Amino acid sequence: MSEITSLTLYELIKNIKEKKISSNEAAKSFIDRAEKSKKINAYVTKNFENCLKLSKDFDDKPNFDLKLPGIPIAVKDLFCTNEVRTTAGSNILNNFVPTYESTVTQNIWNEGGILLGKLNCDEFAMGSSNETSFFGNVQNPIAEDLVPGGSSGGSSAALAANLTPVTIGTDTGGSIRQPASFTGTVGLKPTYGSCSRYGIVAFASSLDQAGPMSKDVKDSSILLEVISSFDKKDSTSIDFKRNNYSSELTRNIKGLKIGIPKEYRVDGMPDEIEKLWKKGIEYAKDCGAEIIDISLPHTSYALPTYYIVAPAEASSNLARYDGVKYGLRSSGKNLIDMYEKTRSEGFGEEVKRRVMIGTYVLSSGYYDAYYLKAQKVRQLIKQDFDQAYNKVDAILTPSTPSSAFKIGEKSNDPVSMYLNDIFTVPVNLAGLPGISIPAGVDKNNYPLGLQIIGKPFDEQTVLNIAYSMEEKINYKNNITDWWMK
Amino acid sequence: MDEIMSKNNSEYLIERNDNVYEVVIGLEVHAQVTSNSKLFSSSSTKFGAEPNTQVSLVDAAFPGMLPVINEFCVKQAIKTGIGLRAKINNKSVFDRKNYFYADLPQGYQISQYKYPIVGEGNVILDMPEGQKQVGIERLHLEQDAGKSIHDIDPSNTLVDLNRSGVALMEIVSKPDLRSPDEVNAYIKKLRSIMRYLGTCDGNMQEGSLRADVNVSVRIKGSTDLGTRCEIKNVNSIKFMQMAIIYEANRQVDLIEEGQEIDQETRLFDTKKNETRSMRLKEDAHDYRYFPDPDLLPLEVTDEFIDKLKSEIPELPDDKKKRFIDEFKVSPYDATILVSDIDTAKYFEEVVAKMGKNRDMKLAVNWITGELFAVLNEKNIEIAQSPISAKNLAKLINLIKNGTISGKIAKTIFELMLDGDIDPQIIVEEKGLKQESDPKALEALIDKIINDNREKAIEYKQGKEKLFGFFVGQAMKASGGKANPQIINEILKKKL
Repeated sequence: MSEITSLTLYELIKNIKEKKISSNEAAKSFIDRAEKSKKINAYVTKNFENCLKLSKDFDDKPNFDLKLPGIPIAVKDLFCTNEVRTTAGSNILNNFVPTYESTVTQNIWNEGGILLGKLNCDEFAMGSSNETSFFGNVQNPIAEDLVPGGSSGGSSAALAANLTPVTIGTDTGGSIRQPASFTGTVGLKPTYGSCSRYGIVAFASSLDQAGPMSKDVKDSSILLEVISSFDKKDSTSIDFKRNNYSSELTRNIKGLKIGIPKEYRVDGMPDEIEKLWKKGIEYAKDCGAEIIDISLPHTSYALPTYYIVAPAEASSNLARYDGVKYGLRSSGKNLIDMYEKTRSEGFGEEVKRRVMIGTYVLSSGYYDAYYLKAQKVRQLIKQDFDQAYNKVDAILTPSTPSSAFKIGEKSNDPVSMYLNDIFTVPVNLAGLPGISIPAGVDKNNYPLGLQIIGKPFDEQTVLNIAYSMEEKINYKNNITDWWMK
Repeated sequence: MDEIMSKNNSEYLIERNDNVYEVVIGLEVHAQVTSNSKLFSSSSTKFGAEPNTQVSLVDAAFPGMLPVINEFCVKQAIKTGIGLRAKINNKSVFDRKNYFYADLPQGYQISQYKYPIVGEGNVILDMPEGQKQVGIERLHLEQDAGKSIHDIDPSNTLVDLNRSGVALMEIVSKPDLRSPDEVNAYIKKLRSIMRYLGTCDGNMQEGSLRADVNVSVRIKGSTDLGTRCEIKNVNSIKFMQMAIIYEANRQVDLIEEGQEIDQETRLFDTKKNETRSMRLKEDAHDYRYFPDPDLLPLEVTDEFIDKLKSEIPELPDDKKKRFIDEFKVSPYDATILVSDIDTAKYFEEVVAKMGKNRDMKLAVNWITGELFAVLNEKNIEIAQSPISAKNLAKLINLIKNGTISGKIAKTIFELMLDGDIDPQIIVEEKGLKQESDPKALEALIDKIINDNREKAIEYKQGKEKLFGFFVGQAMKASGGKANPQIINEILKKKL
């Protein structure tokens, strides 16, 4: 038997159910490995002691009917966890310990999952490289000083480094799919309204969506089945019939129509991305899918639209961090002075930049030109997809315009950083499900991902296509554990 | 405010140097929705609880907390809209009004800006000179903020979030009001309608009803609107009237001095009886309104609205009409009886208990006279009346059927106050039944005439004034119980 930490979730569950591995053994293995992997900087807050205790409790009274029986899982530090510090990667919540649990994490614990700890992320999920976190950069296990992507960078790194069997991230403009692509892992952003936003620190409410991150597609289907649920506590949660994603998972995608949008062939896109995409099309054909050229004419407006809508919502969502009720409070001469000092010291540069942009686009005299127009364009982008889906069942694109870059390489160039989201952002604007699967490597042997975008609520088709292509691609991460040496 | 002219009861005009000005007033009334829980959370809304004991994670804006609309509050707003004869919008949108303040935990207030739940409607005022219609611009739902307390700790401001998130209806009138008297009538009418509907208790002491008052002045007869000032957050009708009088005169003085009026927000200082500038228009907050992405647009179907319409009770205007038509009550009395729902209920119960041989005039007089006097004196509401409608109806019937006189009834009424005692029992126990037996009264009168022979002769000789003397003597001899009508008849016969 291979090492516990390198098992997939599916394998680990099987071993635990067959009593070949105990929950406590699994917990110990992941914790031992985490202790040797501090250089990755994946964890913001460890829950190791409690995890060991709870895993022992599980072993004493096991329930193998659960979907995640005694499985230790680390989660992005954007999910509020009862009595475990939740920072959102920000100094302003450095000391914040919630007294409540997010619906998504509660769903995981209800099915037997056990919290390992809280994973690093870009501050308030604003970033594409995990470099905006107050708790420092995260190393990509693929190679030293490479970013793990963002904002769910701690999650992708922990997953690729085998510090957790699966994890959950949040995706506002690509924050699950892009880090998955950068680390050779699988990341799924479900349809907006699938997973409850209750208890997730909000970035941009109309775009935020939690989703699974895993080593392979099957694991994502298992985790999605657990976390996707209708929740009355979130008014944007949608009550639709959810599949048993893992048991309905199939490699039979014969006859499915997959669209290739010409507008995703962007200027200056590296050759290797173009090649990867072509390879992906061949794989899809091999699986029996029919390839159809489509057009998503408003694609080029997606990024500017996103960078108006998301900061606008963020500027308002982050107003509550004012030093009055919880979190950091800097002392000031009066209320206004206290606000200014608290927010100056509590927020990092990228967060401040987006709060400023958001405040600007909502201010009187500019609202119509920016926010209102962006909302209209957003509708057009959504219509593009609606029309495409009259002809196809899913859409295949690259996940990112490049592979992972070096730490510090883009941190002083926000626009170049924002361009990272060019293929993922339209999916959030349209509220669609999208998955990134590893599909190859670039000249440096860094992983590259392909994205499959589905119809609303059709996660099953997205998973099935990914599952089929995954088999053909047969990608394996080559992780050397360099950080332990 | 020296020269105030008044052509009729409720007009308010200001005269300066041959110019006659009228005042133009529009109100933004904030009415707290009667509801057990808040607009977007399940916290209690009970008034007067210990600070910060009715605060949920949503009300305190903890990270990741989301608002969920309280359907009951939506129904209350729609019902109020129906009561204001207003258009109910099938689709409305909750927006965020962004500003920082210590008692605003989210950093924004959830309100309705572009698309309110209720559109245009109107309210009828009963003024002494006749009815007046006041236009309603809109009604929208919004959250209340918490309370900043500045006077408990010498160096800190304390915040109580019990009120944070409580549902308010903001009812915006058109600038149709012209005098402090009309403002008084308007607020009372709004309150009356909402109390009939059970959508707002209208309790101004507890802050359930407060208003921002927009005031401008113009030369009487002009149709242009002057520059207005908004007086924020006035919480009693009296203060509204004082603030309007002060503000209107201030504006007239400025115009007469050739100065411009700045459009601004002002505060009313109740101690000094003056309004003071709070901020100029240029300094107004930029609230950066935008649709709240945590909430979907609020959609209500026609069926939903129709169902609520079917639940609307008879409202003051209809009730008044019915009292006049069915009970032949005078319009003046009807206005008084319907102004408060509990008074109307009490009256109708009295009417019902009086039975077939009812006397409306007596009922109205006893309620608006004796009963109101007692309630005023005790400073209580009619709902807490020490005399039940049932027993008051009995008392009235005792008068009507001649068992007791009106004078005795007043004595009995006083006795009834002590524990809502049945007047019939008092009559029997105290022997207060009116003496109407002609034989007994004849004997009594014979004796009086015998004892006062000289006066009887004088009467017969033409001194008719003495008739009253004999009546008085007879009443006195009977201990006030004699039926005055029968006494009159016998005396006329005997003398």
